[in-house]
Amino acid sequence: MGDLVAEKHVQYILSVQKKKDSFESVVMEHLRMNGAYWGLTTLHLLGKLDTVDVHEVVSWIMSCQHDEGGFGGNVGHDPHILYTLSAVQVLALFNKLDVIDADKVTNYIVGLQNEDGSFSGDIWGEVDTRFSYIAICCLSLLHRLDRINVDKAVKYIISCQNMDGGFGCTPGGESHAGQIFCCVGALAIAGSLDLVDKDLLGWWLCERQVKSGGLNGRPEKLPDVCYSWWVLSSLIMIDRVHWISKEKLIKFILDCQDTDNGGISDRPDDAVDVFHTYFGVAGLSLLEYPGVKPIDPAYALPVEVVNRIFFSK
Amino acid sequence: MAGKIEDESNDRVPLRLRPEWSDVTPIPQNNGPNPVVPINYSEEFSEVMDYFRAVYFANELSSRALSLTAEAISLNAGNYTVWHFRRSLLESLKVDLHVEREFVERVASGNSKNYQIWHHRRWVAEKLGLEARNSELEFTKKILSIDAKHYHAWSHRQWVLQTLGGWEDELNYCSELLAEDIFNNSAWNQRYFVITRSPFLGGIKAMRESEVLYTIEAIISYPENESSWRYLRGLYKDEATLYVNDTQVSSVCLKILRTKSNYLFVLSTLLDLICLGYQPNEDFRDAIEALRTSDNEEQDSDIARTICSILEQVDPIRVNYWVWRKSRLPQAA
Repeated sequence: MGDLVAEKHVQYILSVQKKKDSFESVVMEHLRMNGAYWGLTTLHLLGKLDTVDVHEVVSWIMSCQHDEGGFGGNVGHDPHILYTLSAVQVLALFNKLDVIDADKVTNYIVGLQNEDGSFSGDIWGEVDTRFSYIAICCLSLLHRLDRINVDKAVKYIISCQNMDGGFGCTPGGESHAGQIFCCVGALAIAGSLDLVDKDLLGWWLCERQVKSGGLNGRPEKLPDVCYSWWVLSSLIMIDRVHWISKEKLIKFILDCQDTDNGGISDRPDDAVDVFHTYFGVAGLSLLEYPGVKPIDPAYALPVEVVNRIFFSK
Repeated sequence: MAGKIEDESNDRVPLRLRPEWSDVTPIPQNNGPNPVVPINYSEEFSEVMDYFRAVYFANELSSRALSLTAEAISLNAGNYTVWHFRRSLLESLKVDLHVEREFVERVASGNSKNYQIWHHRRWVAEKLGLEARNSELEFTKKILSIDAKHYHAWSHRQWVLQTLGGWEDELNYCSELLAEDIFNNSAWNQRYFVITRSPFLGGIKAMRESEVLYTIEAIISYPENESSWRYLRGLYKDEATLYVNDTQVSSVCLKILRTKSNYLFVLSTLLDLICLGYQPNEDFRDAIEALRTSDNEEQDSDIARTICSILEQVDPIRVNYWVWRKSRLPQAA
């Protein structure tokens, strides 16, 4: 099978960073904070984070923070829990978590927890288990997980557990690999993985692998490289990753590369984007592909970054 | 992913030439020193967003600002800040939300895979209350007729049912969708949602009998349908003994085994049943024996082990899972 064209992916990401005038850049400007996380984490995993100007990134991130503590997707955008996590994750990559007022960010997130334990995305009140993961992950990175009601948060997540062992966005919502990653990740960080039926969920997850070796997100849907992350990290967290064929998945991810121009797409021969490039590389990291640094499946950050946060002085 | 591209109509008047906007100074995006290279779309987009920033930072809650958010949304429906500001405008200007609902419908027709639209739709429906019920059910139905597995649409529909009601026809609706595509996992999920939560149906116990019949019929038509098997198992959630003792379940397994095709899920179901205490009879042994393809396969008096061996062969991508299942079987006496 072909190889990972790591250098081309690095060049692709750097070119996207620079091309502020491209169509993709212009219509995605409101979620640049997510884009920064996808691009920079990929660079880190490929050992090329030093090609980026730390100070420029950090000062741009801080200019996206609002008084209430939350971060917007870009300068001049309203705060939202989605971009707050990405901001904290990017700062963690650069070992610059000390530049933020952790209590301020914490207060913003604490304020988003609802009576039933769920989390809203922002003041407009949308509820989704994605936000439960974000709250728990973010506060854990800031060493302030105890500031929310963790029991209620866990209870809410479990209320979204379905009879197939999977999880949806809200109670009764269809099991979906993306939501499963969020719920399992949240439970892992909160120390409550014992509440997951690992055998049942593990089987549901390994049934996501289709003949081509790729993974889909729900039964009878097409495979997509991003599920290489969501399904895979979930399997690793519940200790069942050996239930899929790693070799076939690696081949699928590598087939999704644009080996001429760099970047990875959702499935072979489609257009590439930063989102799928990150998930493809992160998936390969979980599969221990040579030349890619290890990534933590729960925090979705390089292991060395997570270790630095939790195990240094 | 991208916003809907407006017709490249030459009759669009740039904002800088519109008299009603002459008092406003547009604010360019603060995104670093790189100059924006103008291409048609990019120029119109940048202009609209520059004027948006002007009214947004000034917190101008006016009807021209409201129109501007509509323009911005039509160019990029993913920009959540524009939607937020639009909601503030709708509240402040006390706009008729029935009209707003139509606006969302138009935007959704080009952009349905977008969290902002669905969240906005829900916000509008919440404000309209019970009278919004039918329109919301119709709206989701429309989206589902284009994409029957649309995650946001299903999520919204579940919210509508729980908040505004309308359960009465939902099981029928699920049946309709399944008649169109029996493999639609979302429709099966919705079916489960309805039988467990509808205030009119009496819960899973009351519905079990009819639902088992329905599901078995679906399984017979397409035994390779993962969703139907999971649904069947779900009907017996927390009732393992009933599941094991239901002769309909074991007999549909035998029936399909004898066809010698599409038997993957039959085998895994049989394996589960045996692990729960089911004791397969001679008919099962014969049917499974007939499936063993290789002479090299170990002859095993333990039917469960034989099933695992067959699965290792016919579902090789998940061989490690089946090997693990085999290792978990109680040792033969």
